[in-house]
Amino acid sequence: MTAESAERARRLLTDLAPAPAVWCSGLRKRYRRQVAVDGVSFTVGRGEVVGLLGPNGAGKTTVIKIMLGLVRPDAGEVLLLGRPGRDPAARARVGYLPELFRYQPWLTAAEVLALHVRLAAATVPAAERRECLALVGLADRAGDRVGGFSKGMQQRLGLAVALVCRPELVVLDEPTSALDPLGRADVRDLLLSLKDRQVAVLLNSHLIGEVERVCDRVVILDRGRVAAAGTLPELLGRRELRLRLDGVTAAAAERLAATGRLTRAGDAFTVRLPAEEDAATVPDLVADLVRLGVRVHAVEPARISLEERLLDILRTGHGEEAR
Amino acid sequence: MIARTVLIVASLTLHEAARRRVLRSLAALTVVLLALSAWGFSRLDAEFGGLTSGEAKVAGSTVLNLVMFGLSLIAALGTAFLAGPTLAGEVESGIALSIMTRPVRRAAVLAGKWLGLVMFGGGFVVIAGLAQLVIVRATVDYWPPRPVTGLVLLAVQTAALLTLGLLLSTAISPMASGIVAVGLFGATWVAGIIGLVGEALGNDSVARVGTISRMLLPTDGLWRGAMNAFQDPALLRQVGSGIEESPFLSMAPLTTTYLAWAGLWIAGVLALAAMSFHRRDL
Repeated sequence: MTAESAERARRLLTDLAPAPAVWCSGLRKRYRRQVAVDGVSFTVGRGEVVGLLGPNGAGKTTVIKIMLGLVRPDAGEVLLLGRPGRDPAARARVGYLPELFRYQPWLTAAEVLALHVRLAAATVPAAERRECLALVGLADRAGDRVGGFSKGMQQRLGLAVALVCRPELVVLDEPTSALDPLGRADVRDLLLSLKDRQVAVLLNSHLIGEVERVCDRVVILDRGRVAAAGTLPELLGRRELRLRLDGVTAAAAERLAATGRLTRAGDAFTVRLPAEEDAATVPDLVADLVRLGVRVHAVEPARISLEERLLDILRTGHGEEAR
Repeated sequence: MIARTVLIVASLTLHEAARRRVLRSLAALTVVLLALSAWGFSRLDAEFGGLTSGEAKVAGSTVLNLVMFGLSLIAALGTAFLAGPTLAGEVESGIALSIMTRPVRRAAVLAGKWLGLVMFGGGFVVIAGLAQLVIVRATVDYWPPRPVTGLVLLAVQTAALLTLGLLLSTAISPMASGIVAVGLFGATWVAGIIGLVGEALGNDSVARVGTISRMLLPTDGLWRGAMNAFQDPALLRQVGSGIEESPFLSMAPLTTTYLAWAGLWIAGVLALAAMSFHRRDL
């Protein structure tokens, strides 16, 4: 290889976009007769915050455990930060807070962090480790044994463990399950600061509001499969129009249904609006309704929440995949 | 990287042993045993003041073996019940999750646990055993012919049992692995005695029970080798070859082949444990 071609190859490599933080393809896992994960594929880009949602038993934790090498998949491939998941070195810059968080009760909080820094072969000065404990609100408990910690404090320690080795990818499995409302707010701030620092985050949480507030993208799992995936605007892009009407004739109902899928509960009507925005749709509809003799009490355009969308996907069992 | 992980986990295991209550209970049990034996040996000398020096040595070395058996039992129980929780317990409680997602190999973590436990168990046996030898020396003026060999064999016996405990803890619950390991340890000891009875009665098939059990789990074989190293050669000569062995009397030192087998056994069981742990879903 000449020096010139070597230089060209080097430039080509540096110009390449870095590999995604997580790349999973065709993950499959069966526990005896129960299929836990069935052909799950998704990616988490560098610096992206992705929410993993789904009902209990959807396979979220199993997917995370396969990703991190804790569970052996029956099929499928995982790349973490561009390295094969089977290689332990792939986890060098990965932080993880398990759903079942427990740390050596005979160690102090500071000793637990020091242990993880040593295991990751990272060099994190003591001052930075203390800062990490302060970040999760455990600054004054650094010298106390973990055995005396409450569940919430252990979860905070778990967050510090996940963050201490300057990770490029953080995987958080139900990070607020043991926290009080104040702690939840802290975690939300923490997630936003990770986002600012371009740290990729995979977040599994039942708190849809939190997910909606911090995540760039969402992957919804149901019965071991990806039911829907996409950015929040893609998933929630659908708008609807809520109306309160009376005197609705068959012709008026037909006019409403012509605009979009119609649902009715008493005098409350909800019309799903087309995805592409058209400024004339709503005024035209209202004018036509009035012309058809309908009395219009209220017209309220709305965007559906992630929670509604999630329930919709899980109940109807079909999510249009938006990727 | 692998050696680094092994050392980190080994020191963590020692740290754990030092901070957990098991060490304190082990130390208390040992002190009680040593104190009792010191009292017993001093009474031996006082009550049987008429013993010749030879007789005193014979009595001393026999009782020494009894006390050493007690010590090895404490070490076996202690390490077996430490080996279970350290692996299976961590998997059950979730402590293993955050450790295993660091850039470490499971086999390296297992090897580190093993090394830490061997250092702890072996260290205990050597220190407590040495204290016992000093007590015997001070009370009945008896010093075994090969104290180092004896203590090392006791340490290897502890290592064999805790390796088995570690293998069991990769597959079954923490408490069960401790109980099964100690149960097997006791069973081999009893099988060894049955084998001796078979030898005494000239019944080959019964005698084979002891030989086979000593191959399957080398703890009893190693214990007999340690006993032999602690015994006064005069005692062996006195007993002669007529009565053969007893549970606390061993006529012959261990063969090199048996020692090699014990080493191979430990390595094999450790490798099996690593394989079983590698395949396990956490």
